[in-house]
Amino acid sequence: MVPALKLVVQRVALGLLLLFLVSVLIFAGTQILPGDVAQSILGQSATPEALANLRAELGLNEPAVTRYLDWLFGALQGDLGTALTNGASISESLGRRLGNTMFLAFWAAVVAVPLAIFLGLLAVRYRDRWPDKLISGVTLASISIPEFLIGYVLMYFVGVKLGLAPSVAMINDTMSLGQKLHAIALPVAVLTLVVLAHMMRMTRAAILNVMQSAYIETAELKGLSMFTIIWRHAFPNSIAPIVNVVMLNLAYLVVGVVVVEVVFTYPGMGQYLVDHVSKRDVPVVQACGLVFAAVYIGLNMIADIVSILSNPRLRHPK
Amino acid sequence: MSEPRDSLLKVRDLRIGATVYPPGEKPHEIEIVHGVSFDLEPGRVLGLIGESGAGKSTIGLASMAYGRGGVKITGGEVRVNGRDILKTSLSDLRRLRGGEVTYVSQSAAASFNPAKPIMEQVTEAAVRHGKFTRKQAEDRAVGLFRKLGLPNPETIGKRYPHQVSGGQLQRCMTALALCPEPDLVVFDEPTTALDVTTQIDVLMAIKEAIRDTGVAAIYITHDLAVVAQVSDDIMVLKLGDMVEYGTTDQIINNPQEEYTQALVSVRSIRHEEKQPTDTPLLQVENVTARYKGTKFDVLKDVNVELHPGQTLAVVGESGSGKSTLARVITGLLPPGAGRIVFDGHELTPDLATRPRDDLRELQMIYQMADVAMNPRQTVGTIIGRPLEFYFGLRGAEKRRRVQELLDEIEMGEGFIDRYPAELSGGQKQRVCIARALAAKPKLIICDEVTSALDPLVADGILKLLLNLQKIEDVAYLFITHDLATVRAIADSIAVMYQGQVVRYGTKSEVLSPPFDDYTDLLLSSVPEMRLGWLEDVIASRRMESAGN
Repeated sequence: MVPALKLVVQRVALGLLLLFLVSVLIFAGTQILPGDVAQSILGQSATPEALANLRAELGLNEPAVTRYLDWLFGALQGDLGTALTNGASISESLGRRLGNTMFLAFWAAVVAVPLAIFLGLLAVRYRDRWPDKLISGVTLASISIPEFLIGYVLMYFVGVKLGLAPSVAMINDTMSLGQKLHAIALPVAVLTLVVLAHMMRMTRAAILNVMQSAYIETAELKGLSMFTIIWRHAFPNSIAPIVNVVMLNLAYLVVGVVVVEVVFTYPGMGQYLVDHVSKRDVPVVQACGLVFAAVYIGLNMIADIVSILSNPRLRHPK
Repeated sequence: MSEPRDSLLKVRDLRIGATVYPPGEKPHEIEIVHGVSFDLEPGRVLGLIGESGAGKSTIGLASMAYGRGGVKITGGEVRVNGRDILKTSLSDLRRLRGGEVTYVSQSAAASFNPAKPIMEQVTEAAVRHGKFTRKQAEDRAVGLFRKLGLPNPETIGKRYPHQVSGGQLQRCMTALALCPEPDLVVFDEPTTALDVTTQIDVLMAIKEAIRDTGVAAIYITHDLAVVAQVSDDIMVLKLGDMVEYGTTDQIINNPQEEYTQALVSVRSIRHEEKQPTDTPLLQVENVTARYKGTKFDVLKDVNVELHPGQTLAVVGESGSGKSTLARVITGLLPPGAGRIVFDGHELTPDLATRPRDDLRELQMIYQMADVAMNPRQTVGTIIGRPLEFYFGLRGAEKRRRVQELLDEIEMGEGFIDRYPAELSGGQKQRVCIARALAAKPKLIICDEVTSALDPLVADGILKLLLNLQKIEDVAYLFITHDLATVRAIADSIAVMYQGQVVRYGTKSEVLSPPFDDYTDLLLSSVPEMRLGWLEDVIASRRMESAGN
């Protein structure tokens, strides 16, 4: 296990370093924006005295480095500060929103990932025949249509015409799991359609690449069935590229759902971020940026680690 | 056995087609095997021999009703245990493949799934076909590992393919093929990719396994000396046609057809060795080298000399450092210590700092002629480039010189405007030779230039090289693992083993006893074209090790 373990430790360390650098970038980025929070809270008609008072109160007169370190250590202890607009604790409201986004992303992934891999395997099995072309065509079409359009189309037909699912995905703590799932059925469907094509096509390409190998011929000459060959001999050797693209799409599910959340007025991170960007609530934007970065880096780190562990040469050195 | 035995495999008028994609033409079907017939009885071994393109592998795989890539069986009859497998259903074929008939491929390293332990792969077919339970199959596999002389037969199955050596993996592949108790095993060049000293052990292991299990086998190879050791009958094939079919004894000792005679007498070039002169052209002095980022020396204190117009053969197995030596001499890998003296002056270690004349006088020819040429350039452009670069030739003058060079390599008028894809393997290598000669070098480094070629074509290339040496007085540093090639063309020989020169001198010195242990092992491992050679060598080795 030695080389694999060493590589895994390296990846984790690299991930943490990256996260630190991103936090610097996020902080620096919000500093160079024109105008400041005091101005945006008090508006155009504020007197200079009022502005100076508010700045002192918010600690905006401290040097940038001090403010960054304060913010960073706070964040490390789970305290992301208070929202300027309503004075609420960011950690608390963000936590609830993040939980909702994760809930949506999780169920979208539960549907999309196995479906994508299964369709990929199916496409390989019937390569260049009609099932392959059908799968490719449909998934490509669904990735090409903007997600808000898919959202509204589904809302109109499934939600309004057929009445099978609610077109507004409001959830709250008093609902049971079943009720929640019913509520998010449409956004999950939209997200699945959006991420399916990418993962399915990568699965297909990675497995087809492996299917050229001599050991696949060996498997054929053992008299194994095509599906056994694909599943037992080709798939284990294509895990690394597949996991990579799956993780990228999972990251998208968490980070990129803004549009879908807004379309379905779902109380997730995306809406929270959009609301506070328009209000110039810098601490909230910073906190959201940090959480998104952590999710992105974390998922990609997992992809790297799975790739390392799926390589028998690293797992079982000579 | 008084009753006549039934045929296990009966092939009648087998015809096989393939889709080809010639450059600039539409893909179309051609026939690559034209009506071959033979029978194989239980427990016998048939050798299929021929050069590349003869259809050996294709015929071997046809006994499993399998065609690689665009290959399709278009006609005839293949009967295994009485039933015609070309007319049977796919599910019946699956029972045949891996059950009744199994396959051992050339490269076990590529044919084992890297993601699974060896045991799982060896027993898979037997278990899937319901011949044995997993436990029974594993016991049988351990028995086969032992019989095939693998180390730690009880535990080797737990290892992954990359954890065992190439020779061991090839034996594991044989175990894989024998595990389901097949009636027939197709061995497709099972020892070709191995070093000669490894080949002999694997060959013996395969031979004993065939004998002990009583399985029938088709043994495919391009090396007649190898097939003579293991088969009862031999079929000689050429371009999809049967040339000659007979017992091994008859084919080796009394070949009837001209083509078979040529195969039997291949490597019969005789070359008088030249004596060293007073002024060597190339002196490699105390050279030590290692690759960046590694911790051990690939070359250790190497000293050799090469004299003008002569050939120094550098011989050794894979990993012995012979190609690294070429990289150091050409300046691609600056040495860690030592120096290279060429034509009276010391060469700078790094290629980038060498004057143009040094570059010109030292040319190189590679093993893979295919990838050593730009596929988008014509032969004329390829050979013309050094003429332009070193001598500033242009236009008609350049074209005339290219044609001269083409004449020298025995390729006629029509080739100057052709592309590499339109040439055969031997012709491509000839063009590479012409390109090297165009620079008027004093030394050409030939790195395994005949290894990828068929024996008869390789023979032609060697004859050409010797001829050119006479005319142009050029010296060769000839890197090879093939001792027959060394015998054919060398004046002096350096035997390399693990980065060191273990034996060095004129050809007659190096090839006469007393030998050091390694050279002895190397020389005695080269298959000879006579029946019973394998048994003789193994017997004498066993006696030696018993005597020690």
